[in-house]
Amino acid sequence: MTMNNVGRPTAPVATDAAVAATFTGNRGLAIEEPLLFEVGRLDVTGVDFEDVGAFEPRLGGLARTAPVDLPGLTEPETMRHYVRLSRQNYAIDLGLYPLGSCTMKHNPRLNEAMARLPGFADVHPLQPLSTVTGAVELVAELGRWLLELTGMASVAMSPKAGAHGEMCGMAAIKAAIVDRGEARDVVLVPESAHGTNPATAAQLGFRVVSVPARADGTVDPEEVRKRLGPEVAAIMLTNPNTCGLFERDIVEIAEAVHAAGAYFYADGANFNAIVGKVRPGDLGVDAMHINLHKTFSTPHGGGGPGAGPVVLSDRLAPYAPVPFVRFGEDGAAEFVETRKAAGERGLKPFGRITAFHGQMGMFVRSVAYMLSHGADGLKQASEDAVLAANYIKACLKDVMTVAFPERPAMHEVLFDDRFLEGTGVTTLDFAKAMIDEGYHPMTMYFPLVVHGALLIEPTESESKASLDQFIGMLRHLAETATSGDASAFKAAPRLAPRRRVDETLAARQPKLVHQG
Amino acid sequence: MRYLPLSGTDRADMLAAIGVASIDDLFADLPADKRLTALPNLPPHASEQAVTRRLGAMAAKNTSAGSVPFFIGAGAYRHHVPATVDHLIQRSEFLTSYTPYQPEIAQGTLQVLFEFQTQVARLTGMEVANASMYDGSTGLAEAVLMAHRITKRDKAVLSGGVHPHYRGVVETVTRFPGHVVQSLPPDISGSEDILAAIDETTSCVVVQSPSFYGHLYDLKPIADKAHAVGALLIAVFTEVVSLGLIEPPGAQGADIVVGEGQSLGNPLSFGGPYVGLFATRQKYVRQMPGRLCGETVDADGRRAFVLTLSTREQHIRREKATSNICTNAGLCSLAFSIHLTLLGGAGLGKLARLNHANAVRLADALAVLPGVELLNRTFFNEFSLRLPKDAAAVVEKLASQGILAGVPASRLEPNRPELDNVLVIAATEVNTDEDRAALVGALREALS
Repeated sequence: MTMNNVGRPTAPVATDAAVAATFTGNRGLAIEEPLLFEVGRLDVTGVDFEDVGAFEPRLGGLARTAPVDLPGLTEPETMRHYVRLSRQNYAIDLGLYPLGSCTMKHNPRLNEAMARLPGFADVHPLQPLSTVTGAVELVAELGRWLLELTGMASVAMSPKAGAHGEMCGMAAIKAAIVDRGEARDVVLVPESAHGTNPATAAQLGFRVVSVPARADGTVDPEEVRKRLGPEVAAIMLTNPNTCGLFERDIVEIAEAVHAAGAYFYADGANFNAIVGKVRPGDLGVDAMHINLHKTFSTPHGGGGPGAGPVVLSDRLAPYAPVPFVRFGEDGAAEFVETRKAAGERGLKPFGRITAFHGQMGMFVRSVAYMLSHGADGLKQASEDAVLAANYIKACLKDVMTVAFPERPAMHEVLFDDRFLEGTGVTTLDFAKAMIDEGYHPMTMYFPLVVHGALLIEPTESESKASLDQFIGMLRHLAETATSGDASAFKAAPRLAPRRRVDETLAARQPKLVHQG
Repeated sequence: MRYLPLSGTDRADMLAAIGVASIDDLFADLPADKRLTALPNLPPHASEQAVTRRLGAMAAKNTSAGSVPFFIGAGAYRHHVPATVDHLIQRSEFLTSYTPYQPEIAQGTLQVLFEFQTQVARLTGMEVANASMYDGSTGLAEAVLMAHRITKRDKAVLSGGVHPHYRGVVETVTRFPGHVVQSLPPDISGSEDILAAIDETTSCVVVQSPSFYGHLYDLKPIADKAHAVGALLIAVFTEVVSLGLIEPPGAQGADIVVGEGQSLGNPLSFGGPYVGLFATRQKYVRQMPGRLCGETVDADGRRAFVLTLSTREQHIRREKATSNICTNAGLCSLAFSIHLTLLGGAGLGKLARLNHANAVRLADALAVLPGVELLNRTFFNEFSLRLPKDAAAVVEKLASQGILAGVPASRLEPNRPELDNVLVIAATEVNTDEDRAALVGALREALS
């Protein structure tokens, strides 16, 4: 045995002891953390305050009769609580995060720094406009980039997320139809659409009619035409669609929709595949939301906040909700805040969909992203994302089943579970086995148009070495599954902070808050 | 380009592996006559330094709240946020993770959501809360739709104390499906007779307290009247810090509580992103919009958390979902939760007292100015004044002197000339005695 000069061994001694249960339940760096309510104390606060001094309260009879029942932690305890919790999460910064349709690309930290400049972060939405000219300039700058990249006429900036943007765009369509004196109430939605599309249409009082996908995964213009009529208000189409394919008949579909007096809403969730390659405005789109948290890389933050500005065609522009930024003939930006102000300009906003002006913090991050990439970088990012998806498809098509192999994939590639047939391994088992290999699984069981969907979106942020390791891992899992060894899949994940969780129990006996 | 790892050689190798000659072969499904042949008419890529210069120059044109005496509220509030909060929300594992759809590797986010839900429920005096909404205003619209589902009625009665933007959102969102909104006229001092507006056709009555104008409403009689006719009370707040000092809406009979949580953990950021708080009674949980996190166990019997009751949601129910909402306010709810963990109930109480004390001192100092009338007998950290002249002009004048004095009600209610002289002013713990003296002095001069 090798010893150092004080007699301490400097090389490990091999043992065959299995990982034993520990006293604490921790395992090395994997540290368990109790609930805040189990470690906090009611009389503790981690914030020091100045003395309040004497004053006469004006609360009427409405003062609290009991103190707030919330435990506090001191600052060091707070730090540990959240740092320990953070370590139980997967993250883009840890590895490839192939969630199809979610676009988990690198989040540049420059964007975080810019959003925190006091001139952006510490500015109130209702300050006099004379004190926020730079903020309006920033919003206008983002608007200009979005209009140039989409080829559309105007943009509504206030939607808070993609689904909120859908509501905004579809409400503009409804307002335009009402303005025309019509009562169209049907919205066509392809089977492969995100669930938000039919949910949005229904929330606005539309009836949803489904359009089937054809064998190659795209929408057949003939199937659209069959369903068009005087009662149809719009079609909601995602392009590239959720199968990762470009709807190649989009122009024909748009023309048919317009000829029937309806509007074309595009779900822009997958705009990241085509930035700099084609402009939705040139394809006949009337309204499209843009998920800034996807295409323009604002952080997903564990589920939000998002931002979903909506670009509008000439025909829908007058109906944009307040507030919005409007560009004059000379290109100068004007901030229109109220319906009254909009009316004075001959516009007919359909209303207001949020307090204040939208997700400014996300706007700053997006502009930083756009300026950093530039026109050339944005186009290259789209190309690299599409290249990476097709590379994965090419490298795995012999061991996994590509759902729609005939057409080139766009930024994501869809597999189905035919390659797992007879193995006893399901899409879910396969995904959980990826966790043990150190990866976040791909999107599972969506879209609904194929069986056991596995939707992989690598994004442009991965090096070739990273893609190759990912491909190697999937190939290994696919070969293991088809070689007849299902047991490791059924038990997976074994190496994550938790084994598979009981979702049925959670739903049957909902425990949504901590008691006690 | 610093964000793109693939080299020219990598790209060529990958194209070869795919078996195509050029990248454009992969875009073959794009209509040939529509494909862009030139780059968009936008500048080329830029260095970190260049971007910093450009955005830094834009930011520098704005007057930041912290650089001047600042008294603007009206739905968004400037508070001191402990440095710990911003550090923690920038942890890669929080910042760059997705919605926790794979619970085994997302327990961090999930436990935070469970703690957030518990904090919101306790703070509002309710039984359950969801994992957050986009913001308070959109949360309110969802609450009204939820009330319609529960009561199977379609008329909402809105108090005149509700934030005008919130009223606008409710009116917009409920108009399309054909619901009815009865909005009472602006109510500055709590003198409206909302009980008279509630009847057997009412689905819900919406009351904001503290109101947009600062007034504190006693919700109990409104809840009683609503319940007597089978309607629900939706209580709203835009200043969550008020709950440190005021009886929570749950204790006053509210059925749904909606609030803006920006005050805790989140910067003003010109209006967003913020975090909507949404709480209700256990019996209505299956009618709630938005994400919910629940406690369960894993295969080894260890406690674990998971998104649950998703059969309400759009990705399962599609057009029959309770809402089209997909995201929550993720990172903003984390910031809220961390700030509230640092405060605890005890600290929140102290913070609330400081806010109230500052507002009382400011109101008393302004009310004695000639021609100025304090319009609220009760308030928390925000109140309304009637000035002897147009409030918007006064605010502009003070802004030119480097004082951000409040919000003229006419900015949000441009069609109500009776509000032209009304100024809504907020004071929080960040305001110093010097700030107060500066505002009082400048306003005295502006009115003389």
